Amino acid sequence: MGEGGGVAGGCGNNFSEDMAVELGDEPHVLAVDDNLIDRKLVEKLLKNSSCKVTTAESASRALDYLGLGNETLKGTVSKVNLIITDYCMPGMTGYELLKKIKESSLLKEVPVVIMSSENIPTRISQCLEEGAKMFMLKPLKQSDVMQLKWRLIKCKD
Amino acid sequence: MEVVQIQRNLVDYTKSLFMEGFLDGQFLQLQQLQDESNPDFVAEVVSLFFDDSQKLLNELTIALDQPIVDFKKVDAHVHQLKGSSSSIGAQKVKNACIAFRNFCEVQNIEGCLTCLQQVKLEYYLAKNKFETLFRLEQQIVASGGSIPMIEMGF
Repeated sequence: MGEGGGVAGGCGNNFSEDMAVELGDEPHVLAVDDNLIDRKLVEKLLKNSSCKVTTAESASRALDYLGLGNETLKGTVSKVNLIITDYCMPGMTGYELLKKIKESSLLKEVPVVIMSSENIPTRISQCLEEGAKMFMLKPLKQSDVMQLKWRLIKCKD
Repeated sequence: MEVVQIQRNLVDYTKSLFMEGFLDGQFLQLQQLQDESNPDFVAEVVSLFFDDSQKLLNELTIALDQPIVDFKKVDAHVHQLKGSSSSIGAQKVKNACIAFRNFCEVQNIEGCLTCLQQVKLEYYLAKNKFETLFRLEQQIVASGGSIPMIEMGF
């Protein structure tokens, strides 16, 4: 693939039948990326797909928003239907964020998608094994987001 | 100049940027995301790219000027620049960053310095091209015309 961009998903391998996700009409997505341009891009891609979007510039800010962080204020925890995060971030990586989410009884059912500009098979399988729903290659395209929505709604096997 | 002529100029200019490798398909993705609710999306994102890149280039210059170079830090900055340029379709900038990262990996200071110059050059060229592009678009809009969509055989 010359230009980059593509998806890999774990649906149908080690997941139970109950993994169908009801995203509803306007899913609320939390997009985490330390790169400002990438945040703008993913936000627009998601908004164009009828998603409500909140962005976070780091894993720790994301955790605060999700109610798992040190700085979470009581009563401000928001419900999200999907978390999409970059892998390579300073401080806590997207992989570490994924693990924290999956360890949380509050949030482990929320699907997590990892994005990365680097196509490293061991990285991809590591994320899928840890419970990521999908792995997407950057730069993201409209077709990636469409496929993401379709897979997360349709994934039943 | 008539609007039709400026529109033709814009189409030709944009096509030449693709042909010469300044832009790749990702730029078309950005253009496709632009709509009536967000008519300046491309210009906004590219403008963010300019500001962000300028900062990164300054950081890189400083980092490579240190008596003991922190290659991890340098690589982190180049990684950011590579990511942003890739996301907006600035292909030559992206490619220059890829070469740069290879020298970071082997901690080759001379290679890094050369690459920094190359990235700066590609960045300024890209900035220039984008500015021309947006100027043409503004001329069209000011004359009451609409921005033509580019059909590319990707």
